[in-house]
Amino acid sequence: MAYEITLVTTMAISILFALSLNFITGFCGQISLGHAAFMGVGAYTSAIMMKADIPFLLTIPAAAILAGILGLLVGFASLRVRHDFLAITTMGVVFLFVGIVRQQEFLGGEIGISGIRGSSFGRLGFMAICLGLAGAFAAFSLLIKRSWMGYVFDSIADNEDVSRILGIDVSKYKLIAFVVGTSAAGIAGALYAQHFRFVGPDSFGFVESITVLAMVIVGGIGSVWGVAVAAAFLSVMPLLFQFVNDFKILAYGALLFAMMRWAPDGLAGIVARSMKKLRGRS
Amino acid sequence: MTYPVLEVSDVTVRFGGVVAVDGASLTIKAGELIGFVGPNGAGKTTLMRVITGIIKPDEGQVLLGGKDLAGLAVNQRIRAGLALAQQIVQPLKAMTLLENVALACGAEKTRNPFSAMVSFDRDAENRRALELLSRVGLREAANLEPAKLPLGYLKRLEVARALALNPQLLLLDEPLAGLNQSEASELADLIKALNADGLPILLIEHNLREVMRICPQVYVQDQGRPLAFGPTEEVMSRPDVIQAYMGGNTNAAGQ
Repeated sequence: MAYEITLVTTMAISILFALSLNFITGFCGQISLGHAAFMGVGAYTSAIMMKADIPFLLTIPAAAILAGILGLLVGFASLRVRHDFLAITTMGVVFLFVGIVRQQEFLGGEIGISGIRGSSFGRLGFMAICLGLAGAFAAFSLLIKRSWMGYVFDSIADNEDVSRILGIDVSKYKLIAFVVGTSAAGIAGALYAQHFRFVGPDSFGFVESITVLAMVIVGGIGSVWGVAVAAAFLSVMPLLFQFVNDFKILAYGALLFAMMRWAPDGLAGIVARSMKKLRGRS
Repeated sequence: MTYPVLEVSDVTVRFGGVVAVDGASLTIKAGELIGFVGPNGAGKTTLMRVITGIIKPDEGQVLLGGKDLAGLAVNQRIRAGLALAQQIVQPLKAMTLLENVALACGAEKTRNPFSAMVSFDRDAENRRALELLSRVGLREAANLEPAKLPLGYLKRLEVARALALNPQLLLLDEPLAGLNQSEASELADLIKALNADGLPILLIEHNLREVMRICPQVYVQDQGRPLAFGPTEEVMSRPDVIQAYMGGNTNAAGQ
């Protein structure tokens, strides 16, 4: 049973993390190659607070707020750049994060922070919290997608110059997407720290950023359930197959390439097309 | 007192050493339809971009309904009452025509992101969008995606989307460019009809035949300098205007 609980908890955290990137990249069309940095901020925040004997549940909002503040700063910096340049800027963020964390003694430097105490909820209770938060963010995402905010996000992802000539304050909407997405990543980070009882600089680097981007693209950019399914599946692959764990960047890189080449709209697109075909036949 | 809808005064734009627009002045009063013409390189698009706020002028100012637009970004100028149909059509590709227009109809809902977050109903906007699409003759295409539609449709979509913003002034940047003669004169008729309903319009256009047909007044710019501004027939028969347009071949001016 313990193994299954670990699997489900891992899945739930990855779903939340992937959906948080989906909010920025999928909904608002702003690519990010450095999303793991925000998970890292949340994870370190929670880890340090746990070490100071603060209750676990209080570390979650703190993780969200700190990650969101950093997200706002990065968002401001990113307003001036688009597409490939935005990708490179956000990539810089994650390298900066890892570089800075490595040098800080109070963050454990290269070694990281280990021996984080467990929450009072037990393994099963913690799993329920993770599932609840992932589910809540998925529901929130679906709601936003249906709202006028989602409508505006669609237009910005489509062509932000057109959004502007329709009177839309593109910068404001982008900043909101960044803050929401990075805060949610911070929450995922707090859960991560509690799950593994350890945080280190290598847990939130470029590879993790690419992994989460792979989840979003494989699931179908912008599709809430597609991304959730892809995140659940891809997050447990390394646990189930040693091969995937050993060659993570190769396996995910190949998958990313394959999806972009043959099904750029991801799982969600493949399913939508098959449904259409089936309906056409009947 | 009532202010003119748009007042452009002594606008000068320099790109490095090149003076693209040199002391341009232009006034549009309530209900007017003004054709903005000039040969290639006359600085028409540059002046349009000054009005929409994409380019900051080195000198001069732009007033909309008496309000100085200096320092306002494009989206703020739209909120202040400008609307623009662009020369290069830019539909939102992943949306149907109806969705394209309805988004603009919802300007009140999208003004504040936080109220947009809690607004879900699109019925009123969809209804109004359908009316506007009917107005520009695109009702049948309302649920189609732009990718498959010909240029003539997309030009009309630009106009419908601009109208959806309930503008004080409509800026049209070469709406007829790329259309065949019958499409062009149909769209020109529509522009005339919109103006007849009381909407002030500034029409940048190369199609002189249509401009002379529908615009009571024209503003001519040549090499960045304002050349003439007044009633169409009077201005277009001035020798200096003909000279500018025809490059000296005054014989061709009769037709």
